[in-house]
Amino acid sequence: MDVVAWMPFIVLTPLILSAVVALLPGRFAPWGVSVIVAVVITALSFWVLGHVDETPIRYAFGQWPPPIGIEYRVDAANAWVAFIVSAIALLALVWGKASVDQEIPERQSVFYALFLLTLAGLLGITLTGDAFNVFVFLEISSLSTYALIAHGPDRRGLLASFRYLIMGTIGATFVLIGIGFLYMMTGTLNMADLAERLPAVADTNAIRAGFAFIVVGLGLKMALLPLHLWLPNAYAYAPNMVTVFLAGTATKVALYVLLRFIYTVFGFEGSFGMLPLAPLLMTLAIAGMVVGSWVAMFEPNLKRLLAYSSVAQVGYLVLGVSLVSVVGLTATFVHLFNHALMKAALFMALGTVMYQTGSARIEAFYGIGRQMPWTMSAFAVAGLSLIGVPATAGFVSKWYLILASIEAGHPWLVGLILITSFMAVFYVWRVIEAAWFKAPNEQAKPVREAPLCLLVPLWLTVLLNLYFGLDTRLSLGAATRAAQTLLGSF
Amino acid sequence: MISLPVLSPLTVIAIPFAGALAIALAHRHARLRDALGWVAALIFLTTVIAHVPSVMSGQGAHQWFGELIPGVRIGFVIEPLGLLFALIGASLWVVATLYAQSYMKTLGYQHLARFFACYAIALGAAAGIAFSGNLLTLFIFYEVLTLSTYPLVTHSGSESARQGGRVYLFYLLASSIGLLLPAIVWTYAATGTLDFQTGGIIEGHIAPHWIPILTGLFAFGIGKAALMPMHRWLPSAMVAPAPVSALLHAVAVVKAGVFTILKVAIFVLGVDTLQTTGAGLWVAWVAAFTIVAASLVALGLDDLKARLAYSTVAQLSYVIIGAMVATPLAIIGGVMQMLMHAVAKITLFFSAGAIQVAHDRKKIKELDGLGRVMPFTFTFMTIGILSIIGLPLFAGMWSKWYLVLGSLSDEQWIVVGALLVSSLLNILYLLIIPIRGFFAPAAPGVPTQGIHEAPWAQRVAMGMTASACLILFFFPEPVFNLAKGLIS
Amino acid sequence: MSTVLSFFNYWVVVVLMMIGFYVVIARGNMIKKVMGLTLFQTSVFFMFISAGKVAGGATPIVRAGVEVYSNPLPHVLILTAIVVGVATTAVALALAVRINESFGTIEDDTLQDALLEEPSDRPEDTA
Repeated sequence: MDVVAWMPFIVLTPLILSAVVALLPGRFAPWGVSVIVAVVITALSFWVLGHVDETPIRYAFGQWPPPIGIEYRVDAANAWVAFIVSAIALLALVWGKASVDQEIPERQSVFYALFLLTLAGLLGITLTGDAFNVFVFLEISSLSTYALIAHGPDRRGLLASFRYLIMGTIGATFVLIGIGFLYMMTGTLNMADLAERLPAVADTNAIRAGFAFIVVGLGLKMALLPLHLWLPNAYAYAPNMVTVFLAGTATKVALYVLLRFIYTVFGFEGSFGMLPLAPLLMTLAIAGMVVGSWVAMFEPNLKRLLAYSSVAQVGYLVLGVSLVSVVGLTATFVHLFNHALMKAALFMALGTVMYQTGSARIEAFYGIGRQMPWTMSAFAVAGLSLIGVPATAGFVSKWYLILASIEAGHPWLVGLILITSFMAVFYVWRVIEAAWFKAPNEQAKPVREAPLCLLVPLWLTVLLNLYFGLDTRLSLGAATRAAQTLLGSF
Repeated sequence: MISLPVLSPLTVIAIPFAGALAIALAHRHARLRDALGWVAALIFLTTVIAHVPSVMSGQGAHQWFGELIPGVRIGFVIEPLGLLFALIGASLWVVATLYAQSYMKTLGYQHLARFFACYAIALGAAAGIAFSGNLLTLFIFYEVLTLSTYPLVTHSGSESARQGGRVYLFYLLASSIGLLLPAIVWTYAATGTLDFQTGGIIEGHIAPHWIPILTGLFAFGIGKAALMPMHRWLPSAMVAPAPVSALLHAVAVVKAGVFTILKVAIFVLGVDTLQTTGAGLWVAWVAAFTIVAASLVALGLDDLKARLAYSTVAQLSYVIIGAMVATPLAIIGGVMQMLMHAVAKITLFFSAGAIQVAHDRKKIKELDGLGRVMPFTFTFMTIGILSIIGLPLFAGMWSKWYLVLGSLSDEQWIVVGALLVSSLLNILYLLIIPIRGFFAPAAPGVPTQGIHEAPWAQRVAMGMTASACLILFFFPEPVFNLAKGLIS
Repeated sequence: MSTVLSFFNYWVVVVLMMIGFYVVIARGNMIKKVMGLTLFQTSVFFMFISAGKVAGGATPIVRAGVEVYSNPLPHVLILTAIVVGVATTAVALALAVRINESFGTIEDDTLQDALLEEPSDRPEDTA
């Protein structure tokens, strides 16, 4: 089979089939088709990941040769991101059936259609080699995400969704402005083409402004502090399956686009020479790590707790970028994957408890460890991964981040990473303590262990966290290649 | 002699874990659960012993898996020091099983399946530490040991137990993540490997003036070795039931700490590097301070287990001194101290538990005259204490002997002084207990007539470890040869 | 002066953008926020279209006697962006309608008060 010809189907399959799913009746068929789609694109993206080497895989849509036509351009970096997105979508779907049945009893076809549309949007952003196309897919994924969040069982989900819409649209429009500036100065939208023409005009205010708009716009989409305000509520009030999926993918894809612009479009020297980008990103990353962890330490709603932890994790990801080295970027790429795994597992565990108790408040978790031992032990193990305990996936990320900090000549960052890890110990511990050491609330009805259809995918994700903590050949190998590709030192 | 089947290191480590699972599954059947505890302990001991011949002939087993980070895999190598540690753990586990089953039932503790399962996991983690082929594997099992002993410390579930457990967890996690892990990362960043190699791995990779700092990170980061100021967890852990204090906080956990220190000194930093740079000396001085300070604190404590805990803090620093002075004799002394102190201290904790079972007493001043009604317990206790002081006829003499010789050969007068003062203080704060027990007038409530001893199982367990204190005095050669093999 | 005037359309863009941005931030009413957002987006559309104008260029339809054409690509792009903008507005308005249905208001201040009184996480469950 020809890998070039099949590669676009990673985006096209969910995009086209979302329309089909919208028309399917009942509860099982829409879910079933979505799972099949997820399986297909996961397999496809894994296959593509195995085929990327020094030259990118390119596909021109409608036979229009780039730079005029839209081109998909896959190298080690975006193949890896696409694989992460599809794999997390698959995990979320497999886990989410029961949860969705409970939270959205009616009109599930629309829900799953929106889910596939979000998926298609995220994958489109990832694979495309055209700057304007990035904007279009960004809006496709965002709009369907707003609708997904509004499906949440809590009416506050509507508010969260509206606020996310306002901020998200501003962010996307900023990106559009930035792309507009680039287009005005170069006359092209193809990323590779942009990269060639930009150096000639790089020293102009228009390009600087365009770059700033893009950085800010994408910073909003990826919830980089102080642009993170939309995230906690959006995650907290979305249906649990959506949270599982978004937590692992949405901010990551935005970060990937930022990396693509920084390294491929503007080029290494262009980006870091134009603005004091590295110190800026490092400051924001550190602020995100500290503030996110700090708020999480005292947050009574556990979904929001994990959401704030995500803000902190975005900080880790950006910190890796700000160190400007292969090791730092490897840390970012490997953490993209590992964080997706650990947050998916954590939100799944939370969702599994919510399936039985209906609440995400910490009081509802009192004594739950004895009533739902399997679910809560899964939470505990995933929590260890979040903290970064050895033999879990999270450890590998932290290890690389620390290594990169030392290598970049910032040994004090090691202390900072350790401090935020301790903060993670604190907020994970709060949940563990509530679950095992607090007496159950007397008014609360005792609950039983969750059904297997939730437990099995949950534990599968948890075991993946352990597996990728012990055998890192796939994750680290792909991340290293992705980092090398972007830095052009393949 | 029948030849035992030699299992791969991972299988050996897996036996206690499998035992823990079996015990947890058998939680409804008390007899089956106890039987499984025995089976696991005995199989484990057998499989560890089976490795002795091959290790002695210089062909320890190797096993490697996966790849965590480039150049670092999960791996196990059985070498003499690790085997010694595993043997200590495995054989004392058998004795402790005898003791613990009797103790826990007599005092009516609940959730025994969880207790014995965690007990087994802790031993498995200790075996993992013993057989680790590199620092990272060791670190993983080190943390498993911390986490698996937490439920044991808090077993009674009371507020004070939880408070103690929190301190325990905080100190051990904070030191290991905050100091040990950076030390490991630093080592990796400098050398690109974490494998244990004879002669060390850092030589030529780290500038000499940085080595003392790295050594300090390791020494303080390995909180289980209880070097001051990282010692606070050990007294806190004394809220645990006596068998936990005995096997884990006199043997498995603390010995895992000093074992790690020895391992780091010999296989990471390198004995030669330590000697030529003198990088460990300042740590040795801190250890000397720890010895004296802990002994002085112990003097003022009235709780028997707390006093024993501070005695442990002091005795652990002997091993640290051995590793950090790093002359050949000092290393030999350190290795021997690991074993000698283990058998002696477990005896003392057993007797503390026995006193609790038979008379429900924890304060030292309530023990006056108790020796006359518990002659076995107090005799065994006396043997253990004499061994810890280091008098001839008792095993502890050998380790003290070599440690002093080793420090003298390097002219470390501070260290020698601390070792001698400590022995004197030992007499004051430990030996005084059985002396008053035997000869002082009976404290209120202590019976004056007859024998009121702990159950037979506990007495047998104490008798076994006490006799080990004597036997090892007469037959120290195997340990001595083993230690010698490490440094040549 | 001529520079200022020759960039007239860009001045309009900037003014419109600022007005839109201000409305989004300052107004508590959700409909007004959506209006501000639309204004904001529209200003960007203007910017793109202005960029497509080539001095002296004719409409980009190929015919005899015309040498210089304006650039048609921005128009195509903005056609897409307008569709996206309309979709955004539609979703935003739909959300506003739903919010009005469940909270009885679309004013930010009133909503904050309503949220403070929210008893549990899942009101549907307790009701």
